Amino acid sequence: MPGDAPALELRGITKRFGPLVANDAVDFELRRGEIHALLGENGAGKSTLMNVLYGLHQPDEGEIRLGGEVVRIDSARRAIGLGIGMVHQHFMLVPVMTVAENLVLGTEPHRGPLLDFKTAAARARELAERFGLAINPEAKVEDLGVGAQQRVEILRALFRGAKVLVLDEPTAVLTAQESQDLFRVLRTLAAEGTSVVFISHKLQEVLDVSDRVTVLRRGKKVDTVATADSTERSLARLMVGRDVLLRVEKPEHAPGETVLEVRDLHVADDRGLPAVRGLSLDVRAGEIVGLAGVDANGQSELVEAITCLRQCESGTVRVDGRDVTGHGALAAIEAGVGHIAEDRHRRGLVLQFDLAENLSLLEYRHPAMSRWGLLSPRLMAARARKLLRDYDVRGGESDTPASSLSGGNQQKVVIARELSANPKVLVAAQPTRGLDVGAIEFVHRRLVEERDAGRAILLVSLELDEIRSLSDRALVIYEGEIAAELSPSASEEEFGVFMTGGGRGQVAA
Amino acid sequence: MTVPGLAAPPPDDEGAAPITVAGRLSTYLKAGGIVTPLITVTFAFIVGGLVVLVTGGNPFETYRAIFDGTGLNWPFPWISSEDREIAAINLQQTLIVTTPLILTGLAVAFAFRCGLFNIGGQGQYLVGSYLAVWVGSSFDGMPAALHVLLCIVAGCVAGAVWGGIAGLLKATTGANEVISTIMLNWIAVWTGFFLFGLGGPLQSDTDRSVPVSNDVFDGAKLPVIWGDAQLQGLHVGLFIALAALLVFWVLLNRTRTGYEVRAVGFNPEAARASGISVGRNYVLVMSVCGLFAGLAGSLDLLGWQFRVATNDIQISEIGFLGIAVALLGRNTAVGTLFAALLFGALVTGTSVRNLDPTVFEPALASNLTLIIQGLVVLLVSADIIVVYLWRLRSRRRRPPAGAERVEVTA
Repeated sequence: MPGDAPALELRGITKRFGPLVANDAVDFELRRGEIHALLGENGAGKSTLMNVLYGLHQPDEGEIRLGGEVVRIDSARRAIGLGIGMVHQHFMLVPVMTVAENLVLGTEPHRGPLLDFKTAAARARELAERFGLAINPEAKVEDLGVGAQQRVEILRALFRGAKVLVLDEPTAVLTAQESQDLFRVLRTLAAEGTSVVFISHKLQEVLDVSDRVTVLRRGKKVDTVATADSTERSLARLMVGRDVLLRVEKPEHAPGETVLEVRDLHVADDRGLPAVRGLSLDVRAGEIVGLAGVDANGQSELVEAITCLRQCESGTVRVDGRDVTGHGALAAIEAGVGHIAEDRHRRGLVLQFDLAENLSLLEYRHPAMSRWGLLSPRLMAARARKLLRDYDVRGGESDTPASSLSGGNQQKVVIARELSANPKVLVAAQPTRGLDVGAIEFVHRRLVEERDAGRAILLVSLELDEIRSLSDRALVIYEGEIAAELSPSASEEEFGVFMTGGGRGQVAA
Repeated sequence: MTVPGLAAPPPDDEGAAPITVAGRLSTYLKAGGIVTPLITVTFAFIVGGLVVLVTGGNPFETYRAIFDGTGLNWPFPWISSEDREIAAINLQQTLIVTTPLILTGLAVAFAFRCGLFNIGGQGQYLVGSYLAVWVGSSFDGMPAALHVLLCIVAGCVAGAVWGGIAGLLKATTGANEVISTIMLNWIAVWTGFFLFGLGGPLQSDTDRSVPVSNDVFDGAKLPVIWGDAQLQGLHVGLFIALAALLVFWVLLNRTRTGYEVRAVGFNPEAARASGISVGRNYVLVMSVCGLFAGLAGSLDLLGWQFRVATNDIQISEIGFLGIAVALLGRNTAVGTLFAALLFGALVTGTSVRNLDPTVFEPALASNLTLIIQGLVVLLVSADIIVVYLWRLRSRRRRPPAGAERVEVTA
């Protein structure tokens, strides 16, 4: 709606963290009733900008205007008071409380000294109906699914009177179907006059949902464009600064012998409940087997069982014919299992170690690396320098601590280490999680190259696109069982049916 | 979530890394380097000075007297011939105390580097001295060098076993090493009372009325290298302790074992995923820690104590001081050396023998040592606060600089 004063304006926002300039004179304008996507790679400064808006960071320079007036936002409380709502990636709800109780947390309505939940519940219901948010105010949050919890977060922001709603990577935790539901809610909100900032690094959904897109790159605003005039390719170019290969070029594959053989595997989770239930799968040399599924359907436990980081209840894991079940991580490594861990900070890297030390985590055992138990720092550094060059790791030398690299480069270090040990089978668990477009391209290309070189690869991912574009065969896991084997060219809907537990009985494993 | 304002998280950081003791230490070192330990000590001394002032003393004169009492004035030219001899004796005493402090400091430092907190240095030190006195007062007529060696090995093994028990419990049952080492301290103390108390199996054969062990034979005593052997001169143990520092550094920074230890200390999960046995490292590290502390016990015994008295068991606190030494020394070899020297000097300088009562009451002064020790431990434990203050200061001075990426969780 041109002519109106914008709902929100950020002018010349600069935010520094020590020597790092997270936001460099960023301008951002949000019109009333629009969905405005904030697009950028990881570390581009999207979250910082929104944290400035939400009062979590103070900008070093620049001003914020709400409805044309300059405001100072020094706390989240102030931001809420000004009608700014934020839905974080990690939900901030109290699981044991009901939806209504969560909504009023911090602003409890009362009649005299007594709490008054009835009014709150009624208002919540009214708001939920108005915006098409399917939520029962009396339900306990812990009983709700992820998508519903997210709707509670949105509802809470609206409940507090948000006119500007910021969503930080809201689809990261959702299935494709839930994402579509969310987009529908956002469109209703926008139609009712709420302005929405939608943070993402996924091009397709930005194109799906937004009216305009502002692209950030390395802390600077690159451009603001109308979504209607944009394509995936043009946005990717703005985001990365060069042309990006969005689809993986993949020659035909010729798989060889079975390398990884999982038979009737039962694995319990941390609470002792069954997480993997009688699962069998094979991965042959020279093929990528994709394992699709919604989060928490036993993928993590399966990966941990294959890499022998978790005990199995029953069943076997064979690598190249060798039974490694329950023999410990070292046995799996020695049998030829490489592992790209799903959480590289927790398991993939020792962040305080420098890169040479991180790159040696498997290789230090090798007799050539040490003499009489003494490691040679010179050898380690020389080997690291070669790997860093080969895998194009940027932003650090062999003596740089791993913590100071960007996520993409950290992942390259993990991949370099695992592949340099020349594993027979590579278990890649969410290898592109949290990475930006450029790094994703690198990882994907590398996985395909390794496949072509005859490695067996098990790719576990929550990103259906990744599974469909990289796999030679695709399996769907649901509640710890293989629900289906599909051709990677099957439609998203077909995958979706099996990922959500539908179509059972037609199982092919 | 991170605490707003306390430490700004780097933008778009995906998930905080697991934070271990060793991890925090490394962050701390990077942020403060040598500056923060110096601030810590200075602050502790200032507070100590205030205590002196409030209790009616003159802080400057008191600190001067303590300094002279440590013998650290020995290298300076202004002291005359007679004072110089006294200073030499004082310095020998300081170094005699420094020797076991280096080792009990290492016993804590090595555990820290593996993410463990070894409170059991005291117990490991005690069992080391028990075994050393037993072996040293047996085998009369054994060649001196062999006898000394045998005593030291016995003390080391005893300490290693004592520490290893805590490591084994941690590795197999997950028992918290803080609790188990505290308990093992008490077991060591009461075992000593049983062994050397009246009627105990190792009580002195010559004087049945005193709860004390036999003296070690002369052949099992460590040679004195500086000063008069009759007047408790400096024994050769100092060089053994210095060698242990070197061993510590090489072991930690240059060997496969040390590499595993540091990996486990920083991130046990990542270490495990790389095929490193976390439990095995816990056992190993605690054993090595116990070995260091047991070595301290045997050196003290063979160097100047020559016997174990139950009274001494009660009041000994070399093992506990080792915690302060390791904390102040930031668990590094060089830091441990200087911190041990500082605490060794403080203990000697405030002892009744060395401090002139007209300047400051020695009884109060040794409490001053405890105050300074306590403050150091407190301030180092509150490392995050020091780092925070430090960064606040540098941020005020020059806004866009200063060490970042300090992880703070709430």
